Amino acid sequence: MSKITFPIGGVHPADSKFAANCPIEVLPLPEVVYVSMAQHLGAPAKPIVEVGAQVKAGQVIAEPGGFISAFVHSPVSGTVKSIGPRKDLAGNNMTHIEITVEGDEWAEGIDLSDTLVTEIPEDRALILERIQKNGVVGLGGATFPTHVKLNPAPGSKAECLIINGAECEPYLTSDYRIMLEHPKQIIIGAAIMRKVLGGCPCVIGIEDNKPEAVRTMKAALAELGFEGIGIKVMKKKYPQGGEKQLIAAVMGREVGSGALPISVGAVVQNVATALAVYDAVQKNKPLVINTLTITGDCLPQSAMHNYLFRIGMPLSYIAEYAGGVPEKAAKLISGGPMMGKAIANLDACTVKGSSSILYLSEEATRRKAEQNCIRCGRCADACPMGLEPFLLNRLYKAGDVEALEQNAAQDCIECGCCLYSCPSYIPLLDNIRMAKGQVMGVIRNRNKK
Amino acid sequence: MTSIVIWTVVVLAGLGLLLSLLLFFVAKKFKVEEDPRIDEIEKVMPGANCGGCGYAGCRAFADTAVKAPNLDNHYCPVGGNEVMKKVAAILGYEIKEKAPQVAVVRCNGTCENRPRTNEYDGIASCKVKAALYSGDTACPFGCLGCGDCVQACAFGALPMDPVTGLPVVDETKCTACGACTKACPKGIIELRNKGPRGMRVFVSCVNKDKGGIARKACSAACIGCGKCAKVCAHEAITVENNLAYIDFTKCKLCKKCVAECPTGAIHAVNFPVLPKKEVNNE
Repeated sequence: MSKITFPIGGVHPADSKFAANCPIEVLPLPEVVYVSMAQHLGAPAKPIVEVGAQVKAGQVIAEPGGFISAFVHSPVSGTVKSIGPRKDLAGNNMTHIEITVEGDEWAEGIDLSDTLVTEIPEDRALILERIQKNGVVGLGGATFPTHVKLNPAPGSKAECLIINGAECEPYLTSDYRIMLEHPKQIIIGAAIMRKVLGGCPCVIGIEDNKPEAVRTMKAALAELGFEGIGIKVMKKKYPQGGEKQLIAAVMGREVGSGALPISVGAVVQNVATALAVYDAVQKNKPLVINTLTITGDCLPQSAMHNYLFRIGMPLSYIAEYAGGVPEKAAKLISGGPMMGKAIANLDACTVKGSSSILYLSEEATRRKAEQNCIRCGRCADACPMGLEPFLLNRLYKAGDVEALEQNAAQDCIECGCCLYSCPSYIPLLDNIRMAKGQVMGVIRNRNKK
Repeated sequence: MTSIVIWTVVVLAGLGLLLSLLLFFVAKKFKVEEDPRIDEIEKVMPGANCGGCGYAGCRAFADTAVKAPNLDNHYCPVGGNEVMKKVAAILGYEIKEKAPQVAVVRCNGTCENRPRTNEYDGIASCKVKAALYSGDTACPFGCLGCGDCVQACAFGALPMDPVTGLPVVDETKCTACGACTKACPKGIIELRNKGPRGMRVFVSCVNKDKGGIARKACSAACIGCGKCAKVCAHEAITVENNLAYIDFTKCKLCKKCVAECPTGAIHAVNFPVLPKKEVNNE
């Protein structure tokens, strides 16, 4: 079978999946957790517990703050100590609920056993309600509330559900590990989402640098015997895991400028989301636990880990448990090296979408001095959205918002391929991200009128 | 040979005359009637085209001022009351005099006061930096130090102090056009009344964190203790969200709050230095 990939652009950074062979370990509970109210894309959640209240793990502690928002559950059992601003990993203030940990008692109605539940509920509304009530959000990076995505607006019909097992970011191995360790749960999760979407075919896309995952998933699928689900092997290329790139690779369709994937009949979900959906629907277990990778180019192999963490654990606690921050580490990143966010504050806490603590050395991260553009066009070759980054950069500097819109700055997916490929080290993405913000603002204002 | 030269000169001169006549009549026929006062006003304007008045340059200011029923929405901060008086004289309007203002940088997070907790190596632009994260100190409110305000200033009145890493307002050059207040993504720079002989009292901090957190991030931070508000006899100071603010319209420059502030966040500038008692060494 030939391997598929998206047609334009893309780069090939070394995959550096050093932690691929580290089995998932469970992190012990810290003394205190801080649960952020901004665990998802959209409006922050609103706390519904009061200071001094006793909470159990899995109990709802915050309600959605808008249509695009999600429930937040307590990751531990204990007492609510305070509710107030605390700094997130970018150093900005966000409301956090502080809970002191006492024992590990879970709320009622949650199935904590390991038994595999293969029977999928018939009622579509029940499935959606469980997904929503258990606070499931997309774990591929954007943390978009899953129940919103699985409930497309009337008139649009899903023709294909794509499960993203590409994990195209270098270093990250958490998706790979769950594919190895929980393949059946992921497939059942995919089958559940398929059902919600009206029984459209489902494709699980996995990159060819993970042959073990392909084998395990295929074996699990054969054992479960589900119909309508297929596994496709994709050629390794960054950013294969991007929503629009996956759709192009799997379905050969292009999502128009400013349109949503559903406009071409596609719904994309991550493998970790599929696992969370399985937990939510089959076990009634809220999304408070996820997998995270401790890795980096300046860590010895023995210090690499894949951990099962609870949301709200301070990053510093996890780093300490894993053996401390290595001396050579110059930059800490939450997420992958291409799209992850730099950690400015190690006292920040894990959220639903946390996927890694990445330690990178000085050589790997230090920006080199910017030089003049030599018009080589590598950025335009690398852009998976078919944009011209050098042009957008110049237009942004000139302040020409109209031309930026004509040249589709708003379509940038911020994958960083342009910056990665530029031989003159021009900070293209930084400027294009600002340009995108400007253009999006103009479009929003225009649509309002 | 000579005839060619003569013909050339005659033809070209004739052509020139013809076309100039044509232009003359066209200009007469299609003349745009413009209020002559626009030119007059433009002449008395400073001509910096800074946009501080809210219009696109001095000509646009003059154009709209002529059409406006009064001068309530027209004030040139650069020219100040003097220029506005001249404009008002041309138009025969009354003006409301405004106290001259000056830009004030409300952050004292110098390298010494505010230790760096991380290192930023991206583009030297506050806008980009603010979009990425809270900045290279533990204070998410303070100056980012990349100098977007310095670039925005058309008068060269905001140089960056290389020692403190903060912009410094040159009061002799600052025209209070407000370009820097718009350029700062953190909203640190404020236009405040210049005060008599330039004397001003202001809180040089915008940190809204709780006292302990603010103090840990910066030793010169306002911790919202409220001592200044208690000591103020003119009700000029309000403390909101752990941050004190001095209303410059109410402040009587008594400087009691300055002495009271435990972190030295309240600054008093341009006050005469009292002559020190001479110390006799002998």
